[in-house]
Amino acid sequence: MTIKRSSSGIRRSAAAIVAVAAISAALVGCSADAGSSGGSGSASDLDAALEKGGTITYWSWTPSAEAQVAAFEKAYPKVDVKLVNAGTNTDEYTKLQNAIKAGSGAPDVAQIEYYAIPQFSLSESLVDLSQYGFGDLKDDYSASTWGSVTSGDKVFGLPQDSGPMSMFYNKTVFDQYGIEVPTTWDEYVAAAEKLHAADPTKYITSDTGDSGFATSMIWQAGGQPFQADGTNVTIDLADAGSKKWADNWNRLIDGGLLSDIPGWSDEWYKGLGDGTIATLITGAWMPGVLEGSVPDASGDWRVAPIPTYDGTPVSAENGGGGQAVIKQSKNPALAAAFLKWLNNDPESIKVFLEKGGFPATTADLESDEFLAQAPEYFGGQKINEVLTAAAKDVPSGWQYLPFQVYANSIFGDTVGQSYANKGNLNDGLAEWQKQLVDYGNGQGFTVNK
Amino acid sequence: MSAPAYVRSRDNSRPRSRKSIALTLLMLLFVVYTLVPLLWLVINATKTQPELFSSFGLWFGSDFALFDNIAQTLTYNNGIFVRWFGNTLLYVVVGAGGATLLATVAGYGLAKFRFPGRRAVFAVVLGAIAIPGTALAVPTFLMFSQLGLTNTPWAIIIPSLISPFGLYLIWVYAAESIPTELLEAARIDGAGEFRTFFTISIRLLAPGIVTVLLFAVVATWNNYFLPLIMLSDPAWFPLTVGLNQWNAQATGVAAQPIYNLVITGSLLTILPIVAAFLVLQRFWQSGLSAGSVK
Repeated sequence: MTIKRSSSGIRRSAAAIVAVAAISAALVGCSADAGSSGGSGSASDLDAALEKGGTITYWSWTPSAEAQVAAFEKAYPKVDVKLVNAGTNTDEYTKLQNAIKAGSGAPDVAQIEYYAIPQFSLSESLVDLSQYGFGDLKDDYSASTWGSVTSGDKVFGLPQDSGPMSMFYNKTVFDQYGIEVPTTWDEYVAAAEKLHAADPTKYITSDTGDSGFATSMIWQAGGQPFQADGTNVTIDLADAGSKKWADNWNRLIDGGLLSDIPGWSDEWYKGLGDGTIATLITGAWMPGVLEGSVPDASGDWRVAPIPTYDGTPVSAENGGGGQAVIKQSKNPALAAAFLKWLNNDPESIKVFLEKGGFPATTADLESDEFLAQAPEYFGGQKINEVLTAAAKDVPSGWQYLPFQVYANSIFGDTVGQSYANKGNLNDGLAEWQKQLVDYGNGQGFTVNK
Repeated sequence: MSAPAYVRSRDNSRPRSRKSIALTLLMLLFVVYTLVPLLWLVINATKTQPELFSSFGLWFGSDFALFDNIAQTLTYNNGIFVRWFGNTLLYVVVGAGGATLLATVAGYGLAKFRFPGRRAVFAVVLGAIAIPGTALAVPTFLMFSQLGLTNTPWAIIIPSLISPFGLYLIWVYAAESIPTELLEAARIDGAGEFRTFFTISIRLLAPGIVTVLLFAVVATWNNYFLPLIMLSDPAWFPLTVGLNQWNAQATGVAAQPIYNLVITGSLLTILPIVAAFLVLQRFWQSGLSAGSVK
């Protein structure tokens, strides 16, 4: 047991080391061949590549991948897609970064979450798909997800899923203690106080400091703490939006109103089932997780719009990602053709939806069939109406850092300390910013200069 | 009644018993510390996924699902666990076996033969012990990827073959336990060096070899970091990395927690190493006492 704990610590620091080496090397490469990234493909290459056939490797950890690959191979028998689960999120990024740095061993197509895409696109590791006419697909996807995979005219991937944020709440618990569904953050804090006072074992939500959650919440509050233009990066984690969120969330931390159960632990799943954790502010992909992994709570949960600061509906993206073609690919046209099928062909998206995914494609988000779904688990509520409405309320202009994977890895040591010590989140954010600026400048970026 | 007994036993047993109470308590504490996680593992391997969340951690749930869990573990995802098990066995047999062989031959040679550069080798070996494997992992990865060896079993086996600590152990052990006079007697009787090694020395070295083998087997069986960075294809994962991948499945978008399989898989993973320890320990003990009569 102890061995495992220490090895994960070692792993994390070593993963950071590997990623460090890769980024700095990639930046050098970036300045050397900038401008030559246009490529020479065209849209007609895709059909030709599918016709000719070949073998490509696809890294993914989504549960739908296997069925999607099978469907693709059935439709295009000449193409052989080797599906590899190289790890879940950061595990995969580390391996991908290593393979890119080493110059061999990377897949043709890889699943990359939105927050990690800038890290790979800026280091010129991804194929610019606009050469294959992917720019024309813009209207097929929700604005926020399209923004996450593109930079100017360059298209670095296609969105697969999306996670517009909503509030999932345990109606049984709310009814039991006579709590109204909060629509503003003031009401949310009041509900947290009322619930915890009525039953000290119950909490409005659990949060021990999660970088993905915090950045999404800052996004919702209107913050834009990260701006990157090439290697020029600006970090301002004390901007109006960041401060707004921190001041709001401080109230929950100060009042001891947040459960300290770590997210995604077995205890957390247990808490979602027995009412210990009464709400979740999270992405629209959550229903699949609840239905699949918290079956005991069937009928308890409902979905409501995420609370707001001033009553104007506004949301943010949380989680979700897409697939990209890696530059190391020896057959980029075939890889791009597979990617286009994977995230644009109705047949593939149908498989994805059947596995409980939440789409990024506007056609599916707006389809009557999708909106009319009324799962038993949510007491027959038409949850997709709430969730897709949230997708429209996501403010544009959000950016992640070109070293967001690293940034998230040190979140716990900085902002996480404010949670642990019941301190001020603004101080934690300031410390996070300080370390990010130092790190970025050390990596060859120009941060806050 | 107790007073006379106390007086009578005072002379010979009092100092010993006073010491042993503290020691026994300490030992008990250590036994609890060591066994509770194991107990937890065994108990929770008998629970279904929902029951893991709803029942008390250190006692059994209402259903006894151990065999069901084992069956699921062995068949989940087309039986990938069995493949991981086979991979681990391969890495242990070839890697740890090879490491023991190399350490034995080299350690013996260094202890019993004088040749120029011996001191240099000694310095290199000692230096190698001081460098943690983790620090070497990244350079090794870059080197192996240039050789095209990453994502193959060789990426795990080749680094496992080198055991500076094992070499050092055999070296010290050989210097102590094989009398040079014995080797000289064998030489005078006309035995070649290889014959001497295989018929005489290797027997005297047996306890040392078993110790090194034990260390190497445990190290290879638990090897985590090296395969983590070397391998991207789950088909070559050892159990450690594979189980962690299952564990990571519980996180994030489209999470599919299979904690019951992770726990049952962990239990199945430690069984062979526990068995290996129990079996090899006997050789180890008998070897230790064999050397003491002189």
